[in-house]
Amino acid sequence: MKNSRLHSVWTPWLFLAPFLLSFTAFIAWPAVRSLMLAFEQTFGPRTIAFVGLTNFRFMLHDPFFWTAVGNTVLFTVAAVVTQIPAALGLALLLNRADLRGRRLFRVIFFAPSIVGLAFVAIIYSIMLEKRTGFINSSLHSLLPAWDPDFPWLDHYVMPSLILAVLWLSAGFYMVYFLAALQNVPGELLDAANIDGASPWQRFRHVTLPEIRPVLNIILLLVVTGSFQFFELPYLLYNETNGNGPDNKALTIVTYLYQTGFRSGDLGYASAIGWLLTLVLVGLALIQRRLTQKEEL
Amino acid sequence: MSPAPAHRLLRPATLLIYLLLGFFALLTLLPFVWMICAAVKTKEDFFTSQFLPRGPGFLGIAWDHLTLHQFVRLFRDLPVPRALLNSIFLASVGSVLATLFCAMGGYGLSKFKFSGRQALTTAILGTVVLPGALLLVPRFETLYHLGLVDRYLGIFLPALAPAFGLYLFRQAMINSVPADILESARIDGCGEIRIFFQIVLPIVRPMISAYLIISFIALWNDYITPQIMLQSPGRQPLSVVIFSLKGLYADDYSLMLAGTLVSIAPVMLLFFLLQREFISGLTSGAVKG
Repeated sequence: MKNSRLHSVWTPWLFLAPFLLSFTAFIAWPAVRSLMLAFEQTFGPRTIAFVGLTNFRFMLHDPFFWTAVGNTVLFTVAAVVTQIPAALGLALLLNRADLRGRRLFRVIFFAPSIVGLAFVAIIYSIMLEKRTGFINSSLHSLLPAWDPDFPWLDHYVMPSLILAVLWLSAGFYMVYFLAALQNVPGELLDAANIDGASPWQRFRHVTLPEIRPVLNIILLLVVTGSFQFFELPYLLYNETNGNGPDNKALTIVTYLYQTGFRSGDLGYASAIGWLLTLVLVGLALIQRRLTQKEEL
Repeated sequence: MSPAPAHRLLRPATLLIYLLLGFFALLTLLPFVWMICAAVKTKEDFFTSQFLPRGPGFLGIAWDHLTLHQFVRLFRDLPVPRALLNSIFLASVGSVLATLFCAMGGYGLSKFKFSGRQALTTAILGTVVLPGALLLVPRFETLYHLGLVDRYLGIFLPALAPAFGLYLFRQAMINSVPADILESARIDGCGEIRIFFQIVLPIVRPMISAYLIISFIALWNDYITPQIMLQSPGRQPLSVVIFSLKGLYADDYSLMLAGTLVSIAPVMLLFFLLQREFISGLTSGAVKG
């Protein structure tokens, strides 16, 4: 095999070089550096000292950190129970061979995920305003009992964020489900149909097992993405640096960002980031274990 | 052909599906429609009407109230033209280079055997679990030492090595570039660079167009990186400039929404034109692999 090689040993490295150069300088090295910083403390601009696990111990007793963890977990649960059913539901509605305008619907549902988060923050901050906002005034004109001063952003922080993210990402995950549904063998569904299975039974016993691998991937994407939820709450509540009223919008990554860029506590910020990374890796490993078990 | 009668029977169900889809499509589109209407209204009309101001005109709308004044303000009084050029520059140069580097890297990683290949692949793809914000501070430090803060290069260089892009191209190469074509080209004495540009790239062309749009849109929409790295107002892209209106023109909603519309429209147009490539590029990794 080795003798038949017609290219030089250097050829693959020639192609990899540009990518690896940027990767090493701006991803690999920052990762290593942040791992070092997680065990260090910065005193002033130039002095850095190794402090062992102090940063991690501090985290245990830091009420802001735990508020951020609580908000993030709450958001993650809410994101899973809203986004996955919405995305799968839309995909199931669209997955019919005889449907006209399927491509148009797919484009419409996907379109919000093209909008940058800075722009989503502008749109939703105006739409969710108390009296003048589009959402309250529409709800009020549909249901006169609806309070036009309903305090979405001031009081209902999590529902506001969930609403914006649902609009933003239901169509994004939908295209993955749709692609998976189109790979479900039609003969299986036809056979179930002939056997008299109800639509729900067909979904539960034929479709769901077939799309299980994609469902697992999307579940992992939604969970790990939600654990890193940051830009939208940070921008929607940028007057308070992302804290929101009563710190209700504070997420783990917002707190990391504030600690690193606002307070300049690079060591503590890195420790938070690496703890989060460990949790994400743990979640990915659990998901993999579960998937493998299912396949056995 | 044969199931046609069955479909006739399903008519009410089909109708229900269309109704549901139409309802959800309407909900999805409402924020866009509302934004477009708000952008052509005056500051006063914004508060008195949900969509377009009512009046005696055609369809009961006061067409003469509509104005392009907000766009005039954006382009004449505010640094929006410059920001638009900055966004176009950053997103197009960045996406072309990132696509080229990822295609080259994906080729190098998948079509050659060398020791340490598996470890390198795992190391690169493993970095996708790192939270982006964790790398921001040390990255800023590196750019600072290289003297690249407040320079476009400071935005480009870190954007050229996305692990996700490398993954997509590696998959595309494994799935569609046969090894024997490369071998026979080498036997014919074709150079490695020529093989890549004339044989490999044309084969993975669908992935090239997909990744070009994916990374163009991602760079266009990025807010945090340019906000940290580019401090001179004249260098900032639309995301940073338009978002800064939120603080400066707090109750000037029509202006902000017109600015948002100007920022979203170019990528929306690109997406509508190339949506097939875009979506198939995104889903190719997850669904088949």
